[in-house]
Amino acid sequence: MAVKVKAKKYLLTGNEIIVQAALDAGAEMFCGYPITPTTEILTGWAEKAAKDKNLLFLQTEDETSAGFTVIGGVLAGKKAWTATAGPGNILMQDPMSMAEAMRLPTVCYIGQRGGPSTGTVIYSQQEVTLTRFGGNGEGMRIVYSPSTLQELYDLTIKAFEAAWKYRFPTFVLGDGYLGKTLGDVDFHKKPKNYASYPFVQNGEINNLRNTFSIEEELYDNLKDHFKDFTEMSKDVSECEEFMLKDAQTVVFAHGVVGSATKMAVRELREEGYRVGLFRPITLSPFPSKETIRAVKRAKRIVIAESSYGQFGRIVREVLYGVTDIPVHRLYRPAVGIMPEDIVEKVKNISK
Amino acid sequence: MKTSNFPKCYKKETKPNKFCPGCGHSLTLKTLGQVIDGFEISKKMVFGIDIGCSLLAWDFFDIDTVQTHHGRVVPVIKGIKMASPKTVAIAYMGDGGGYAIGLQSLLHSAKRNDPITVILVNNTLYGMTGGQKAPTTMKGEVTSSTPGGVFTDDEPFMGPELINHITKGKAYTARASVGNLFDLKRKIQEAIMYQINGKGFAFVEVLSMCPLNWKTDVKNTIEFLDKMEKVFPVGVIGKS
Ligand SMILES: Cc1ncc(C[n+]2csc(CCOP(=O)(O)OP(=O)(O)O)c2C)c(N)n1
Ligand code: SF4
Repeated sequence: MAVKVKAKKYLLTGNEIIVQAALDAGAEMFCGYPITPTTEILTGWAEKAAKDKNLLFLQTEDETSAGFTVIGGVLAGKKAWTATAGPGNILMQDPMSMAEAMRLPTVCYIGQRGGPSTGTVIYSQQEVTLTRFGGNGEGMRIVYSPSTLQELYDLTIKAFEAAWKYRFPTFVLGDGYLGKTLGDVDFHKKPKNYASYPFVQNGEINNLRNTFSIEEELYDNLKDHFKDFTEMSKDVSECEEFMLKDAQTVVFAHGVVGSATKMAVRELREEGYRVGLFRPITLSPFPSKETIRAVKRAKRIVIAESSYGQFGRIVREVLYGVTDIPVHRLYRPAVGIMPEDIVEKVKNISK
Repeated sequence: MKTSNFPKCYKKETKPNKFCPGCGHSLTLKTLGQVIDGFEISKKMVFGIDIGCSLLAWDFFDIDTVQTHHGRVVPVIKGIKMASPKTVAIAYMGDGGGYAIGLQSLLHSAKRNDPITVILVNNTLYGMTGGQKAPTTMKGEVTSSTPGGVFTDDEPFMGPELINHITKGKAYTARASVGNLFDLKRKIQEAIMYQINGKGFAFVEVLSMCPLNWKTDVKNTIEFLDKMEKVFPVGVIGKS
């Protein structure tokens, strides 16, 4: 239940915020399968759908079916979405690869949990690679990484906008810390509500496929996707650059680790350390130009993440050949990173 | 070429079709086309196809068609029907797609009594991948993964009977054969009317031939189909 704080401020958990954001973005259909830490999104939507007959809901037999049923909804013109995590994210890659092949505007929230396998159920940043590149394709996906509850709201809305505008499967990559945190969020922003449209029963005869018998035919098709992806990248990619101007140490972090890093940077600055944060808001398309700019004057880089280098690999690939300053790693797979951890790391390497 | 006995909903540019000569898919689709013409639903329907030889029908009809992954046509068609209840939603798949990889979705769709029509082609093997064992492979049947008929001690899968059982007779369940196109047509008609009349899930298994992988000539193809009809009884299994 939302508790009203101020005029338009509400006290909600992250998972409740996601549901509200989807509604504000015009979502009409949710299909899913329960899994921690995203179950409350499914049950939250079910509660809304029980009261509003315009909202469609289906608890499917597994995540594969959830994703394909969402695809059916999208084909028929509904803003349909799903939410899953960990082992469910693995199954979700089957439908998402179809969405990628056929350029279908699916939206999927991922609550990262510890892996591999069943792992732990609340937190990690280990689903970066799977979410960006899952499936047997080239990763033509949009992936947002929110770092606060407010961003969870704003980026979930953006995900629907981007999906329907650019027609790439779109993901919001959160985690259970964010999903289960209670905090206030501002619903002020009036979302644009990019309109949905049907892919079938739209006055034309549509023969839609994802299978090709001629190699060049598929290649031509993919070339169009790559071109569209590159073109939309400059409009979609986003990052936060915090205290970078004179920074000698640049910490790269995303999601909630980005929030922890921001606190660490403030603390370190008070003690005179010239440190800043670079936080990509989109992990795909990645803000590469800004990444390169961020290290121009830096003496060293720290990559902080709750995985064993999945995010670091992206950063290092972008910076390959651009700089040879040392890269320090703060990799803590499936465990949280506190501001103190970052403070300590930066102090150690600045000695 | 005179094409007047082709169903009107055929996409003429893609004929002759891509199926092997003598394939039961072509006969099933032609019968389906006649039913679609008769009901005048070609503009009001979405035809969903699986992976398997059914994928060769992605541009078979001048009808909205969506091809999906192996075993996934039922959830896609269900999603379309959920989002657009007025659309006549038909899923078309093979026995591998329906009874192996996609069984979970097929059974749950039936259990929910989703108002969709599913047509499943049973040719006792995996046609598209070169004739391996399917859940419907009969005892002693030689396929490319049951050489000499070994590994076939298990019972062939009885799909409509299973669906009828779990839906307590609420769903329309039937088995027809391309050996009797008149009867096949009637069952496809009933299965589509079931959906149109809001009665719920409708399922037709079609006994069909795959001469390429059966490695049969005309005479042996007909004999093979006769044998299938003894193992898989043709008829309406359940309806309400
Ligand atoms: C996930 C996945 N696994 C395996 C395959 C390979 N495959 C393609 S068609 C097929 C079997 C088709 O047999 P069936 O469904 O009986 O249809 P038929 O070709 O006999 O009409 C298989 C296993 C695939 N496409 N996708
Ligand atoms: S392989 Fe068999 S099922 Fe496939 S088109 Fe040829 S005859 Fe038909």
